[in-house]
Amino acid sequence: MVESRAVRIALRVVSVFVMTFLYLPLVILAIYAFNPSRLLVWPPTGFTLGWFAEAANNPAISVAVVNSLIVGALATVLALILGTLAAIAVHRYSFFGRQTISFFLVLPIALPGVVTGIALRTSFVTFGIDFGLFTIVVGHATFCVVIVYNNVVARLRRLPRSPEEASADLGADMWTTFRRITFPGLGTALLSGGLLAFALSFDEIIVTNFTAGAGTQTIPMWILAAIQRPTELPVVNVVALVLVTFSIIPVYLAQRISGGAAAGVSR
Amino acid sequence: MSTPTDARAGPGTRPGIARRLAIWLHPRQGLQLRLLLAGPLGWLAIAYLGALAILLLNAFWEKDAFTGRVEPFAWTLNAFRDLFGHEVYRTVAVRTLIMAVLVTLTDALLAFPIAYYMARIATPRVRAMLVIAVLMPLWAAYLVKVYAWRTILQGNGFMEWALSPFGVESPGLDEIANSWLVLSYLWLPYMILPIYAGLERIPNSLLEASADLGAKAGATFRRVILPLVFPAFVAGSIFTFSLTLGDYITPDLVSDAKFIGNVIYDNSSLGNLPLAAAYSLLPIGIMTVYLLIARRLGAFDSL
Amino acid sequence: MGKRSRLAALAAVAIIAAACQSGATPKPTPDLPKEIGAGEGALNLVIWAGYAERGEVYPEFDWVTGFEKDTGCKVATTNMTDSNNGVSLIQSGAYDGISASGDATTRLIAGGYAAPVNTALFKNYANVFAGMKDLKHNTVDGVNYGVPHGRGPNLLAYNSDVITTPPTSWDSVWEDGSMYQGKISIYDSSIYIADAALHLMTKQPDLKITNPYQLNQAQFDAAIALLEKQKANGANYWGSYSDQVSQYASGDVVTGTTWQFQVNLLQAEGAPIAAVLPDEGSTGWSDTWMIAKDAKNPNCMYMWMDHMMSAEANGQATVFFGEAPTSQQACDYAETISPGHCALTNATNEAYYDKIWYWSTPQADCADADAATTCKDQDAWVAAWTALRGG
Repeated sequence: MVESRAVRIALRVVSVFVMTFLYLPLVILAIYAFNPSRLLVWPPTGFTLGWFAEAANNPAISVAVVNSLIVGALATVLALILGTLAAIAVHRYSFFGRQTISFFLVLPIALPGVVTGIALRTSFVTFGIDFGLFTIVVGHATFCVVIVYNNVVARLRRLPRSPEEASADLGADMWTTFRRITFPGLGTALLSGGLLAFALSFDEIIVTNFTAGAGTQTIPMWILAAIQRPTELPVVNVVALVLVTFSIIPVYLAQRISGGAAAGVSR
Repeated sequence: MSTPTDARAGPGTRPGIARRLAIWLHPRQGLQLRLLLAGPLGWLAIAYLGALAILLLNAFWEKDAFTGRVEPFAWTLNAFRDLFGHEVYRTVAVRTLIMAVLVTLTDALLAFPIAYYMARIATPRVRAMLVIAVLMPLWAAYLVKVYAWRTILQGNGFMEWALSPFGVESPGLDEIANSWLVLSYLWLPYMILPIYAGLERIPNSLLEASADLGAKAGATFRRVILPLVFPAFVAGSIFTFSLTLGDYITPDLVSDAKFIGNVIYDNSSLGNLPLAAAYSLLPIGIMTVYLLIARRLGAFDSL
Repeated sequence: MGKRSRLAALAAVAIIAAACQSGATPKPTPDLPKEIGAGEGALNLVIWAGYAERGEVYPEFDWVTGFEKDTGCKVATTNMTDSNNGVSLIQSGAYDGISASGDATTRLIAGGYAAPVNTALFKNYANVFAGMKDLKHNTVDGVNYGVPHGRGPNLLAYNSDVITTPPTSWDSVWEDGSMYQGKISIYDSSIYIADAALHLMTKQPDLKITNPYQLNQAQFDAAIALLEKQKANGANYWGSYSDQVSQYASGDVVTGTTWQFQVNLLQAEGAPIAAVLPDEGSTGWSDTWMIAKDAKNPNCMYMWMDHMMSAEANGQATVFFGEAPTSQQACDYAETISPGHCALTNATNEAYYDKIWYWSTPQADCADADAATTCKDQDAWVAAWTALRGG
């Protein structure tokens, strides 16, 4: 070990500080979820579970959650297919413009969401495509592809070529080799890439704002609308708390899958 | 290497359509590649680049001042004339760029120590917990976090309560510094994770070798660790920089300041699409250059 | 000449004829629907927040659930942040209708985004106050483009703990801004430039502003200069009404321009906030339910428009938002849930509304017949507002 004792202590102190910074807002929101006042004034004035009942009885919330789940699932499936195809192509073949492909795949995530959103909206209006869940899925898939692509490319790089070559030498065709050798090797990369893509879609608001039609609401859209209605702020706190709590499950899963390596996390 | 002498994968399997197709495709490398790429590239071209192209066309089309109706193929440079004619668009661009750089630097400074702690000092158990702890806020809804900061920063909020014993007033919700604070907060995990992954990849032996060769800790840090982890910094910065560059919800919710994203959003939602489209060229240009440089620096491998 | 163009020509003649007989009741033009058909099962609306409540805020304020049950039209709403935003949303083609203020109605009509309505199909239209019918901002050449929802002024709100004497003028947000340094709450929309112009009408009569929405270069510059001064005094801008409610509740602001709606919300939570209409008058709005030209659910929209003129719906909606009902029946109903509502909102007091300049669209031709005058148009207003806010 190279680090001196002083350095180690300093690093620990800074880490604790950063962790506090990361969690302070979430903790405060959680506390507000139990606060009886509609106005968010600190310190809280009491304790109530009433907002949980109100949230549970609000049909708009459950509809929005279901919409988000549908959109997330569809966008993830699309991203898994397209991202894996692109990754295999870039990894296995050398061809003109290979470098450019990864560049273009990163674009949708690197360019501001507001630009993507307006571009998609304008196109949908131009071609008379009706807004709805479908248009939201299209918007989300554009930037989810790169997540899967990154995960798969990274895994392909680490996978040894020899089993595939052995498989081919033993006479297996491409499809069999893919099914029996490559795909199992990619399994966890696909799973963690898919989880991330899903998370990204579930949380997306900026592009969604532009690609959602009238009458279609995802859960971030519901939150954004509810923030603009002061009377609903306590319910927003409850929804936020529940969302954050439930996000432990996929995070834990992703962590178990990737076995500690958090590489490939990207937005 | 491989000769397709025997196409059967094993005894007892009947060749299905997929397999027969695969056998037929096997010697046709070019076609394989085209089939593989047709989906993703077709998608990218139609759903993304096509949409961008249509947006850009709008930048050059005329718009009725009264009704806001855009007249397709009525070519004009009015939007660009407006952009260059008003100082505010320059002010906003400079402000946004400064903010993006500030947020990126802030995140890099905050991320490095904790990433280092996670990668090289924490026990495996603590490390696993920390990785989960850093990931979790990423999954907590973006809006929820922004909104949490709103409640903290506003008058009568947590900040005022915590600071009032020291005679400091709450910042309220109109300070541009709020945007800096909240944006840094939001994108911090995007910086921690690549740096952590980058640090983890450095073999211990390398650092020991450096020490054995007589390098002091500081020198090892400067000469060995920093150069190796730099691509990870750049990879993280793609996110912190671009997400700051395009955000319009955070600045709107926690401060009164207008950024590039706000001007684009406002104009599009207020019915001046050509101006919004023309102004969009700015972040597109900035990010294209940024990505090209990042790729040069090897950041794409650390994404 | 084809059959269709002959019909169109006939229609044009009919419109001109209707326009020439001033005060004549509009005759339904050929392309108007003759009846309200079966509902399509869905209705997508662009609204001002609070215009379509389903009991989520207060269970007793719900005029959507019953409508859905009766008509089978499932109502979905999108809040607009200001009129410009509303126009842009309708242009996307995804909506059936909008509760448009006067600065949006004229643009939607001129742009061909709103369709004329056949008021004869509404059973509640006859009850509407005569003063709320055939208004300039939603009626062109005798053809109605929508039905009224309600009206009200932009008010001056103040924190009565801080400002103990009720103010009588807008001076506190303009002239005495420094008294409340950083604590002024201002509506974040280009239309607010008119509020500056309105103030200049009394403070600088030499500018000869006759209409705060139609300003020539000199008048416009003076209004912008006044706004810059206000910004330097530390104005806080509210985009959504919830911004403003939290600003007042937290004490971050103590006075500024508001709607009765926020005042009601704040008072319900026990915040010491009151509002007045200052002596020099104010800007305001008179909102119209309009149907989009390409509405996918036109029958549901017609049913909704009729519903929103009914005593129960209009009474509830106008009490909830704090604006004036559109009919005596709605007024009577409103009194049952909020005694004194009609007096408070001056529902029948036309003299009161004479002091109100309803939001309307800035036009290059100054919206008058005088070809010699030119004014700053809508784009110029939005650009100036962007410059003010972004600079």
